[in-house]
Amino acid sequence: MELPVELDTIRQEIRGYALDYGLDFYDTIFELVEFDELNEVAAYGGFPTRYPHWRFGMEYDELSKGYEYGLQKIYELVINNDPCYAYLMKSNKLVDQKLVMAHVYGHCDFFKNNLWFSKTNRKMMDEMANHAIQIRRYVEKYGAEAVEDFIEVCLSLENLIDPHLPFIKRERDGVSGEGEPVTPVKMKSKAYMDSFINPKEYLDEQARLAEERLLLEKTKFPLNPQRDVLQFLLGHAPLEKWQSEILAIVRKEAYYFAPQGQTKIMNEGWATYWHSRIMTEQCLTDADIIDYADHHSGTVATSPGRLNPYKVGLELFRDIESRWDKGKFGKEYEQCDDWETKRNWDKKLGLGREKIFEVRRMYNDLMFIDAFLTPEFCIEHKLFVYEYSDRNDMYVISDREFNMIKQKLLQGLTNFGQPFIYVEDANYLNRGELYLSHQHEGVELQLDEAQDTLENLVKIWKRPVHIESILDEARTLISYDGKEHSEVEIE
Amino acid sequence: MVKRIDKDASRFRQIIRGKVKKNLKKYVTRGELIGKKGKDLVSIPIDQINVPRFRFSSRKSGGVGQGGGDIGTPIGSGSGQDGAGEAGDAPGRHILEVDISLDELAQMLGEELELPNIEPKGKKNIHSDKDRYTGISDTGPESLRHFKRTYKQALRRQIISQSYNPDNPAIVPIREDRRYRTWKTVVQPESNAVIIYMMDVSGSMGDEQKEIVRTQSFWIDTWLHYQYENIETRYVIHDAVAREVDKETFYHTRESGGTIISSAYKVAARIMEQDYNPAEWNIYLFHFSDGDNWGEIDTDECVALLTKTLLPRINLFCYGQVESPYGSGLFIRDLEEYLPDEEKLVLSEIPDKEGIYQSIKDFLGKGK
Repeated sequence: MELPVELDTIRQEIRGYALDYGLDFYDTIFELVEFDELNEVAAYGGFPTRYPHWRFGMEYDELSKGYEYGLQKIYELVINNDPCYAYLMKSNKLVDQKLVMAHVYGHCDFFKNNLWFSKTNRKMMDEMANHAIQIRRYVEKYGAEAVEDFIEVCLSLENLIDPHLPFIKRERDGVSGEGEPVTPVKMKSKAYMDSFINPKEYLDEQARLAEERLLLEKTKFPLNPQRDVLQFLLGHAPLEKWQSEILAIVRKEAYYFAPQGQTKIMNEGWATYWHSRIMTEQCLTDADIIDYADHHSGTVATSPGRLNPYKVGLELFRDIESRWDKGKFGKEYEQCDDWETKRNWDKKLGLGREKIFEVRRMYNDLMFIDAFLTPEFCIEHKLFVYEYSDRNDMYVISDREFNMIKQKLLQGLTNFGQPFIYVEDANYLNRGELYLSHQHEGVELQLDEAQDTLENLVKIWKRPVHIESILDEARTLISYDGKEHSEVEIE
Repeated sequence: MVKRIDKDASRFRQIIRGKVKKNLKKYVTRGELIGKKGKDLVSIPIDQINVPRFRFSSRKSGGVGQGGGDIGTPIGSGSGQDGAGEAGDAPGRHILEVDISLDELAQMLGEELELPNIEPKGKKNIHSDKDRYTGISDTGPESLRHFKRTYKQALRRQIISQSYNPDNPAIVPIREDRRYRTWKTVVQPESNAVIIYMMDVSGSMGDEQKEIVRTQSFWIDTWLHYQYENIETRYVIHDAVAREVDKETFYHTRESGGTIISSAYKVAARIMEQDYNPAEWNIYLFHFSDGDNWGEIDTDECVALLTKTLLPRINLFCYGQVESPYGSGLFIRDLEEYLPDEEKLVLSEIPDKEGIYQSIKDFLGKGK
């Protein structure tokens, strides 16, 4: 439903403020919806049309229950598209609508300008609808059950993509060296020194290595580990046409959503920063204050066991702004060891605003935390590391030391919290078995889920599959051959 | 309006239902659902049905949090099973609670146990008349005048006859404008049922035995509620003497006396006599005991009561004998011996919780 005049006037007003502050966004269309419509759209990830699948139903079930029981309520929902679409819930108060609009413009600016979103499809609304049509067609042709099951298999592998792929420009994979005669690599030398610098043994060794490499190139496939497992499967798994199409759809959608996973803290922080400014500096009326304060504090509330991205993002942006305003950066500041001087450091540079806009353009969460988390910030915002304690079966605070906090945070954000998994060998044991490897960074895989995932993988690969990982600190090959699971320790 | 999501949502429910059904036996024997029962719904905890992924094991991985507290301060429980282990910035694995209506649950139970639908007796002779206001007519008593319709009719007439003046919108209904509610008498066949639960609470019935009784009664209740619209339940406990109690007491009392079963049957007979005319009611008697009756004489009396007073009036008498380390378990043998061909009598032995499943089938498998 289109906005009624009253809301539309407010929208225009807020849009004006946002533009004045220098935000830059695609056209943003607000729709006014009832709570159940909002739950529906939210269940579909913000899109009005998605392919049919029970998982959306599950999502919807959860959302509507949460709403019914008064546990949760979706305030804002905005999708990265040109034009952006955002939803307002009919039953919200006017002040909430203002806040949501201001917040939404923050997101829209982020979508448009952040580098990591630059490769996303801005006509995703249409594409999603096309995907839906396509899949519905398959449903008609191949049966609901078969299609649904296959979608589930694909979804199970959906996180095995390479979020950096859209940015990588590869040299054309030329046919390198195949069939060329093997010339041993000689070290450069003057002619009279040659027999000393490149003795026969050395040349023989080089020749052998080169030969080996060549042999490897012929037998090993893929030549280098592949991070985009889905793409690899698309290219090489024995799939029917419709199955490949579905896998491709799931992959495309995963790539579309990936930047949102990569920039959760920044995106929410940025939007919160701007709703806060727009609301408090421009459009709050006296009557709005209490409701606004209540709502805003709810948004940035913290609880011990979880890091609120709205809060952390907001505070980091504010911190950056103030640091760059005062010149609290650079060599001179870093090397100053007088606490008092540091605290009162103010060079009146006024670079804050410029800096945060730059940050929102170039960074993702990982880089954001890496670059801007400071010991002072951790102390001020009481960040800590918690760990599982066997002794009392509890999570307990284990550390408040800056480096530990930063390390832990970065660990959680690397590869947006997903394990790195590569296709190592598609012809393992020369039997066409698929060999994946998990690049281990200290956290183990959830074994039972990994096994279920392998089962799904077999449905695509049709041959036994393996994943190399670490279980209980031992290098282990987790395998599924279509009938049985096994875990074998390896050297 | 039909929403797009409805299809996905119902598909999801279908999957859940399949899942519950698959694990029904587990739920039946564990009795964990009883605590989850609301008025019409049961919340059933089922394992998450998320799509599996390669993901980090959430347990023990820790994370970063925010707030006060010294090192060592606990911030959350570790056991994921309780649904409390949501600490961590990755979404925790949680147990899904799905609401299933009791009727639906009973239906599943019926399908799983292949229970026949009950054919209530008295269905043909017992009906009640009910008046339903279904229509509008232009005659009727003034007390049933439909004001809004009458007004509309008058308005319509005045507009048509151009006597309506928007500046002075006075509507005056005349006789012909008046509209009245009309009713239809609907004959509803009625089937009423009453369940009388009797339980031996003598010293030899321990907590485990009671738990079995409790679980089993829950399922019987669920099934019969599904089969009958109006159902009443009454509870009788007995050791050497019997008395009628409320539900709470029924499940939680523990006495220490001996066991005279006939006392309970007498109370049941009295309840029936007072409140439930066998011509109008489908009567179900359930009796649970460890089968350790006091002496031959009383068993004789029980048999007499059953054959003369109870059995002729009721649909079904179910005797469930719960195995207990103290009881002799003779009673069920005696009943078998004295009443070998009694159709309305069902005997079932419940050795342990696992036995509940079969026992329900024994009891309700006859479709009485």
